[in-house]
Amino acid sequence: MSDFDSEIVAFDNVGLRYGTDGEVLRDISFTLYPGSFYFLTGASGAGKTSLLKLLYLAQRPSRGAIRMFGSDVITLPRARLPAFRRRLGVVFQDFRLVPHLSAFDNVALPLRVSGMPESDVAKPVADMLDWVGLSHRYEARPATLSGGEQQRVAIARAVIGRPDMLVADEPTGNVDPEMALKLLRLFEALNRLGTTVVVATHDVHLLKKVPDSLIMRLDKGRLSDPTGALRYPPRAASRENSVS
Amino acid sequence: MTKSGTLNRAIVRGFSPFGGDRAARLVPQARLVGPMPWVIAIMVALTVIAAAGGLALQNMADTARAELSGGVTVQVIEAFPAARERQADAVMDALANDPAIATYRRVPEAELEALLEPWLGVGATDATVPVPALIDVRLRGVADRAAIDDLQTRLLQIAPDARVDAQSGWLQPVFAAIASLQWLAIALVVLLALTSAAAVWLAARSALGSNRNTIEIVHLLGGTDGQIARIFQRSIGYDAVLGGAAGLAIGVAGVMVLGKQFAALGSGMMAGGGLTLFDWLMLAGIPIAGVVIAIVTARLTVLASVRRML
Repeated sequence: MSDFDSEIVAFDNVGLRYGTDGEVLRDISFTLYPGSFYFLTGASGAGKTSLLKLLYLAQRPSRGAIRMFGSDVITLPRARLPAFRRRLGVVFQDFRLVPHLSAFDNVALPLRVSGMPESDVAKPVADMLDWVGLSHRYEARPATLSGGEQQRVAIARAVIGRPDMLVADEPTGNVDPEMALKLLRLFEALNRLGTTVVVATHDVHLLKKVPDSLIMRLDKGRLSDPTGALRYPPRAASRENSVS
Repeated sequence: MTKSGTLNRAIVRGFSPFGGDRAARLVPQARLVGPMPWVIAIMVALTVIAAAGGLALQNMADTARAELSGGVTVQVIEAFPAARERQADAVMDALANDPAIATYRRVPEAELEALLEPWLGVGATDATVPVPALIDVRLRGVADRAAIDDLQTRLLQIAPDARVDAQSGWLQPVFAAIASLQWLAIALVVLLALTSAAAVWLAARSALGSNRNTIEIVHLLGGTDGQIARIFQRSIGYDAVLGGAAGLAIGVAGVMVLGKQFAALGSGMMAGGGLTLFDWLMLAGIPIAGVVIAIVTARLTVLASVRRML
């Protein structure tokens, strides 16, 4: 298997503009490998959320090429994209929970969308709610949950399907330091199981908590990669050894 | 990830589509308190009444045509009573021996007087106004142009003042009016169907607008266009079933009331306008068609909207 085949995501000279405005992302090139842990940092307005939108297939780039799971997702027929999205877990900055569904049903949503039989849904959802400390609030609607609780439900929903890649936009922004660390440990645990994790954050303290992580830094729409670790990352094999 | 890996994942997760009750729960259900079932009920009720009217007119026209299809009237238009009677008798004899004639009947003078009385007054026909001798004839075949011309030719040899007319000819303006009313009923049914589709389209767009956040979430979690469409199809389909059933009940009640009133007129022609079992089955099919229209419209509306997303 070549490096290109084993990649999770490869951006090649990607640019993004909204309407006729100037580019919010310029000349973005990088490769994400299975089992890697990435932090995406940058000042507010640097383009982090726009880059994440490209990663979780909510947006097409204005130029450049994006390969994901071995396929060119720019030219891929639209009908095939849902299968790719089901391999992703996304934690949105604004949580994006379904307002009239309970915490349980929100977390169960990815499993139900992917067609899991209803009899198999209850246990993993209950386990996941227990893990994020919300088992006692499984019937609660998002409006009755605090910001931190909503964020934990959003994270539980993102990871319940054991995604190949987890994309999280400021996932610890609304939780206390203790819970932030706990959630980060959850991401690490997923990462050790083979999930590629991309966490956008402006919290520099968080970066130090995951020593093996790679840092993607965005500055005014450009990705800085001074060491070349993103464009030419260490081989996945060496990471797998370090994980084991 | 290889194809077999993807297949294994699909097998683990299962192939069952996301639909049914758990999909419908994604959009808030506000049935009956919302306008949709009532709009559909009104549309179905009006469609049932319009369609029943069209079918009744069709039956009325068919019955009248069947009754008159072989009917002809022979008039002997002669001012002198003695000559008129002689020619009329000759015509009666000829008709009696004609194998093409099923039945014939000389219309009695008393009956003629009664027919003309409203216009000419009592006893006016005795001597002052010469009234033609009328013979009501029923042919074995259809009273088409060729049959009438043939009979006319034969009768002219024995009764030079005899004139033969198809009875259906007298009712041609009535048939034309019925045909116009039928087209009007068809146009009404089509317009009501289009209006129903437009109402569902608006309702689906409104539901899409108020649930856009939910749709985007399902979309980003890997929901297909079909899955998202099914969420709304089921919801609107349920409304359509409720509305259709109510509309059918209202429409049928309206048709029965109107039917009773027309039957009370006691007109021979109106009596032919009753609905058959097949007609009632067709009316029962209207709410089913309404449900199909609602579901298809909702699906197309939702699909057109979600296709704008990546």
